[in-house]
Amino acid sequence: MTRKQKKMLIRIIISGALLIIAALLPLKGILRLAAFIVPYAVIGWDVLWKAVRNIAHGQVFDENFLMALATVGAFGTGEYTEASAVMLFYQVGELFQNLAVGKSRKSIASLMDIRPDYANIERGGELVQVDPEEISVGDIIVVKAGEKIPLDGVVIEGKSTVDTAALTGESLPRSVDEGEEVISGCINQTGLLKVRVTKEFGQSTVAKILDLVENSASKKAKAENFITRFAKYYTPVVVIAAALLAVIPPLILGGGWANWIHRALIFLVISCPCALVISVPLSFFGGIGGASKSGILVKGGNYLEALANSEIIVFDKTGTLTKGVFRVTSVHPENFPEDKLVELAAYAESYSTHPIAKSIAEAYKGEIDSARITESNEISGHGVKAVIDGFEVCAGNDKLMERLGVKWHKCHNTGTTVHVAVDGKYAGHLVISDEIKETSAAAIKSLKEKGVKKTVMLTGDAKEVGEDVAQKLGLDLAYTELLPADKVDKVEELLAQKSDKGKLAFVGDGINDAPVLSRADIGIAMGAMGSDAAIEAADIVLMDDNPEKIATAIDIARKTVRIVYQNIVFALAVKFAILVLGAVGIAGMWAAVFADVGVSVLAILNAMRASRVRN
Amino acid sequence: MKKVFKLIDLDCANCAAKMENGIKELDEVQDATVSFMTQKMTITADDSVDFDKLMKKVVKLCRKIEPDCEIVL
Repeated sequence: MTRKQKKMLIRIIISGALLIIAALLPLKGILRLAAFIVPYAVIGWDVLWKAVRNIAHGQVFDENFLMALATVGAFGTGEYTEASAVMLFYQVGELFQNLAVGKSRKSIASLMDIRPDYANIERGGELVQVDPEEISVGDIIVVKAGEKIPLDGVVIEGKSTVDTAALTGESLPRSVDEGEEVISGCINQTGLLKVRVTKEFGQSTVAKILDLVENSASKKAKAENFITRFAKYYTPVVVIAAALLAVIPPLILGGGWANWIHRALIFLVISCPCALVISVPLSFFGGIGGASKSGILVKGGNYLEALANSEIIVFDKTGTLTKGVFRVTSVHPENFPEDKLVELAAYAESYSTHPIAKSIAEAYKGEIDSARITESNEISGHGVKAVIDGFEVCAGNDKLMERLGVKWHKCHNTGTTVHVAVDGKYAGHLVISDEIKETSAAAIKSLKEKGVKKTVMLTGDAKEVGEDVAQKLGLDLAYTELLPADKVDKVEELLAQKSDKGKLAFVGDGINDAPVLSRADIGIAMGAMGSDAAIEAADIVLMDDNPEKIATAIDIARKTVRIVYQNIVFALAVKFAILVLGAVGIAGMWAAVFADVGVSVLAILNAMRASRVRN
Repeated sequence: MKKVFKLIDLDCANCAAKMENGIKELDEVQDATVSFMTQKMTITADDSVDFDKLMKKVVKLCRKIEPDCEIVL
C-alpha cells in the first residue's frame, strides 16, 4: 500500500466509526444533520474539492462532480444516512480499485522482469558491480552462477548452462561453451562465464524486448477504442436522463418532487464509465504480459484482438516449418559399404565450398587427410571428379552420371541427390535435405483443431521438395518456386479470399520476408532472438523456433478477447439494470454505488485472469 | 518525432482517455496515446514542431483534466 492509500484507509475507518455513532445517536433536526455531516466531510472533502476545482476548469461531467451532486442532493432530500454512507462506499470502492490496479500492474510487470540490475566488470584487479548501461562494446564482463546475463555477448571463457525461460518460455536449459553467443536476460545457472560484450545495453536483446512490451499499450485494440468512444457519450446521456427524470414525472403527476429527485440522483452515481474504461485495457495488458511469459511478444492489443479471429495462416517454409539447415538425411549405398560411401563423397567434395559439400563433410564427422587426394576437379553444374587413394571418385548430380555413362537411378526421397561413382561404377547416393522441425506437424494439427480454416505454405524451393513437406505436415495448400515478390502477390490473393471478419497471419523467420510480414493482417516472426529485422517488421515475435507457439498465442488472444467482452457485457448489464430499477424506485443509492465501484472491482479481478497462462 | 513521457499519479482510466483525446486535438500533434496501465504518454509530432513549446501546452491541458497527475518532462 502506498502512503496515499494508507491515508485513505485511515479516513475510511474514522468516517465509518463516526457514521455508526451518528446513526446510533437519538438526535433530531439540525443536530442530526450536523452529526452526519462530520463523517461525510471526513471521507468526502477531497471529492467535493475536486468537483469545485474541475468545474472551474470546465470539466462538467467529472465523476467527482457527479458524486458530489448525488450526495449533496441526498442531504437535500433528507436522506442523511444514505448520503454519508454512499460517499463512504464510493471511497472504499475507489481504494479497492486502486489496490487492484496497482497489484495487477505489479504482477504483470513481474512477468516481464528480465531487466538486469548490474554487470560485473574487472576494474583495477577487482570485480565491481556497475550499471549495465555503463558497459561498452568490447568490455569483458563476468557472470556468476545464478546471475542474469546483463548484455549480449560472446563467451570467451567458461562453460555453463543458461536458463532462457524468461525470454522464450522454454524451461529446458541450454548449454553454452567458449565461442558461443549468449543473450541478455538469460540466467547463468552453473558455471562462471567471462563474456565479451557485443552490444550496448540499449541495443541488447533485453532492452529491445522491454521497450517493445512497454510500448505495446500504445497500440489499442478496437474494443478499447470502442469503449473510450462509448464513455464519451455515456456520461452525458445518463446525466441528461437524470435531469429529465427529476423534472418530467413530477410535472405530469403534479408533485412528489423529493422522490423523483432522489431517483435522479441514483442515475448520477451510476453515470461514471470507469469499470469499462479500466477493465478493457487492463485485460489486453494482462494478455500481453501472459504471452510474453511464454516467449511470445505481442506489439499491441490490436494484434491480440486480430489473432483471436485468425482464419488463414500462411507459413514460410525454410527456417519456419523446417530447420533451415541442410543435412544428409539418407545414405543409399549400392553394393558398397555405407561408411565408405560417405567417406569418399566427403573427400571428393572437400575442396568445394558449396552448402551441399559442407553438409556431407558434417555427415562424415572424421578429419580430411588431404594427402590422400591426389587430384580434384570441379565440373561446373555437374559435380566433382577426384582421385582418392588411387580410385577415381565422381560425385555429383544426374547430369554427371549421364555424362560419365554410369548406370544410376533416382531416389524415392525428396531432396538434393548426390550420386557417387567409383572407378566408373555406381556406388550409391546421398540425399541432402532440410529437416522438418519436430514440432511442425503438431503445430499445424493444433491450429486446425482451433478452427483455423486454411493453412498455406509459401516457398522458393522446388515443387517436389515443397509439396513433399506440405503433404507430410498436412497443410491445405502449398505454393512453390516463388520469388520473394511472388510471396507478396500470393498473400494478396489469399487476403481477398478470407471473410470480412477473419484475419490472415503470416509466419516467417524475418529473413527476406519483411514485406510479407507487414502486408499480412498479423505478421509473426519466429526464432527472432537477436534478429533486429524481424523484431522491427513483425507484429508478434516468437522468441524460440517452435511453431507450436502460434497455437498458444491464439489461445491467449481468444481468452483475452473473451474476458474483454465478458467485462463489457457484465458492466453494461448491471448498470442498465440499476438504471431501470432506480427509475422505477426499486434500487436505491446503495445498489447504485455497487453498480459503479463494485462492478469496477469485479471487472478488474476478471481482467487479471488474462495474464494467467497455462503451459 | 515520437516521444514518450512518464506520468505520475494517473489514477483514473477515464481521465487518461480524456487526456488522450484532448492532446490529439492539438494542431501540432499527429498522434497521441495515454496508457493508463503503463502510466506513459506517447506523442508523435512533425519534426519541425518545437517539442518544448508543445509540451507546455500539453501540461496545461492535462492539468485542466486531471490536476493530480504530473507529467515527467
